[in-house]
Amino acid sequence: MSSVLFEEPGPKTRARHRTWAVLGSIVILAFLALVILKLWTEGAITPDKWSFLTMPSILLGLFEALLSTLFAAAIAIVLSVVFGLIFAAGRLSRVAVIRWPSILVIEFFRAVPLLLLIFFIFLVYSDVLGALGSLVISLMLYNGSVLAEVFRAGILAVPKGQAEAGYAIGMNRGQVLRLIQLPQAIRTMLPAIISQCVVALKDTALGFTIAYPGFVREGELIFTSTLYNNPIAVGIVLAAVFIAINYSLSRLAVYLEGRQRAKMAGQQGMDQTASTTEATDANTGA
Amino acid sequence: MDEYLPELMRRLLDGFSMTLFLLGWSALFATIVGTMLAIFRVSPVPPLRAFGTSYVNIFRNTPLVVLFILAVEGLPTLGVAIPFEWFAVVTLSTYTSAFICEAIRSGINTVDPGQAEASRSVGMTFGQTLGQIVLPQASRAVIPPLTSVYIALAKNTAIAAAFGVVEATGQLSNLIRDFAPFIYPSFFAIAGGYILIVAVISGIASALERKLAVVR
Amino acid sequence: MQFKRRKARAAIGAMALALVLSACGGGSGSGGDSEYPIAENPEFASGSTPAKLADSGKITVGVKFDQPGLGFMPPGEDNPVGFDIEMAKIIAGQLGIAPSDIQWKETVSDNREPFLQNEVVDIVIASYSITEDRQKVVGQAGPYYVTGQQLLVREEDKDKITGPEDLKGVKVCSVTGSTSIETVTKEYGAEPVPFDTYSACVRQLQNGTVDAVTTDGAILLGYAAQSPDELEVVGPVFSEERYGVGYYKGDTEMCKFLTETINQSFENGSWKSAFESTLGESGIETPEPPTTDSCSQG
Repeated sequence: MSSVLFEEPGPKTRARHRTWAVLGSIVILAFLALVILKLWTEGAITPDKWSFLTMPSILLGLFEALLSTLFAAAIAIVLSVVFGLIFAAGRLSRVAVIRWPSILVIEFFRAVPLLLLIFFIFLVYSDVLGALGSLVISLMLYNGSVLAEVFRAGILAVPKGQAEAGYAIGMNRGQVLRLIQLPQAIRTMLPAIISQCVVALKDTALGFTIAYPGFVREGELIFTSTLYNNPIAVGIVLAAVFIAINYSLSRLAVYLEGRQRAKMAGQQGMDQTASTTEATDANTGA
Repeated sequence: MDEYLPELMRRLLDGFSMTLFLLGWSALFATIVGTMLAIFRVSPVPPLRAFGTSYVNIFRNTPLVVLFILAVEGLPTLGVAIPFEWFAVVTLSTYTSAFICEAIRSGINTVDPGQAEASRSVGMTFGQTLGQIVLPQASRAVIPPLTSVYIALAKNTAIAAAFGVVEATGQLSNLIRDFAPFIYPSFFAIAGGYILIVAVISGIASALERKLAVVR
Repeated sequence: MQFKRRKARAAIGAMALALVLSACGGGSGSGGDSEYPIAENPEFASGSTPAKLADSGKITVGVKFDQPGLGFMPPGEDNPVGFDIEMAKIIAGQLGIAPSDIQWKETVSDNREPFLQNEVVDIVIASYSITEDRQKVVGQAGPYYVTGQQLLVREEDKDKITGPEDLKGVKVCSVTGSTSIETVTKEYGAEPVPFDTYSACVRQLQNGTVDAVTTDGAILLGYAAQSPDELEVVGPVFSEERYGVGYYKGDTEMCKFLTETINQSFENGSWKSAFESTLGESGIETPEPPTTDSCSQG
């Protein structure tokens, strides 16, 4: 493990680092042990609290609910990409009547809390949209607006000569955008899009506040039953599943970006790729 | 209308003072914990690095709602009974510190490696290199990513509405109950409050950025 | 609540659930004998809704899945339980429909009217208060039960908090934006703690982070019935809620049938046994059945 921040350590430093390592491990392990002990003695993670995992019918219910959540997330992501493309194009338009409303829409939905949006849309339109529709539309408005900015940045990052070449062979602005800039931008934007998928999937969990029968709501039904009464155990299971899915998606984004950099940069600069990607998904992931 | 406007103002004031309370305390704690985690993640001590990495990967990939459930539903079963706004602060800080950590780390990565190499070549230790050479230079690069983290935090405080805290987003249901015909104005008024908060955070950030740019 | 019977059926329920995986949200009923009379070849005016339902031999009922004692879906099972569910079985029985042929569909408070207007369900029995506003868009027959806002407290506090007057500065939980939470805040000076479900409120009550939960007494009784040693419904009723059965607006034939069935259940004892096996588990006495409205307004 090398870093520019510290030297390949010599014997003295190694000894010092070892002391730190031992001390650090002790503190961290002691802290974790204390937490686990507390959880155990308070009866939050004793075997009976996990017994729901041995009930086939409950596992099936959780699985179905997870599918509903993934289903909602998938629709939301597809709609967000479409919404993002339309509004990115709108914001890049030279016609003020198109540009200004696009800017307004994008900036509004990026600044408003998603939950407020979900509450509002559910309260006003749930008779036509239902819980699923309200959730998906809210996610689309929010994630779509974020993606619109990602797309816009991507399109602007395509070298100018590309567009000029397009105009030179007689394409109009729409054609240049559609046929030249966008295909190149999408490729470079893929990691950011996947990071946004992680965000969308996490946000789908908010569906439980409007009783969308998703993963979190199913979990809630389990731990609220007097039979189990185990919010911590269920919470850990819910978190673990989300972490597994989202972590895989993040890895995919890092891999894609790494491959792209490698393609573009040739042999050099491999060291920096991983770290920059992590920085990007930290930004979009908040 | 005569009844609506004063009631709207009262509820907005009530709601947003709680929103700002959540935002302020969570931002403070998250920044402290997040900075510590970032130092762990770039440190030469493997267990600290592993801890930092695990923390980030766990909390960044868990939906905030699930963390809220663990805190608000779970902690009381362990005998932790604190007011709900503090449960919210604990949850928001825990979650946001993972993002703060990554924002700071990305800032550190923007500093030219030559700087760290130079400081090492004059014999500085890891602590000195980080504290005196790298972090001061990273502070400017850190502002944009940190700003988006704080903006996200401001919006995330809304989730406390579903967990026992009366803040701005929760006031929408109250306003709709009492003034059903005014649903649109109520929504846009609350949304406007958040937009204002976001604008203030961005404003402070760009002012800071300008100031640091001069120093450089 | 009948945990023993349900547990025994859980394994069968699991298999049934595997077979009907496609049913999302509303599970189809599994077997089980009805405690209530099932009419054989009931006679209805031809072309009327009851006749159509009786002919098809199936009925879709919108119920709550998250309110113990009234309408509750135990995790991992495919049939809800509660007083509303029993009422649905009684009504289905009069149409000649066995409990196993009832299709249960989860409704939440906000989508009960849309479900009826869009004919997603045939009837709604979901702690559905009869109000003038609702009767502008749907039909409501009954009431089959009358309740009102009350307080749920921990057993050890039942002498400290005896009614709404004792709520000053007390943390009281109810559903976000509900009228109940506004009443106790504005009129009695309670400190509001909003959550998105009553179940979450009750858990906080048991955890000691709030000191009372307020909403319709019937809903509170359901929770008290779940933990009779821990929770207690206290105080006078300080509002009136009349639970009715929702049907399509303007369907007078349906209204007459529902009202008649409800009245009949008051007389033949099935209403009483429905109550005793669900809400009555909290230890309260079965109340006098209410008087139903006439169907004139449609």
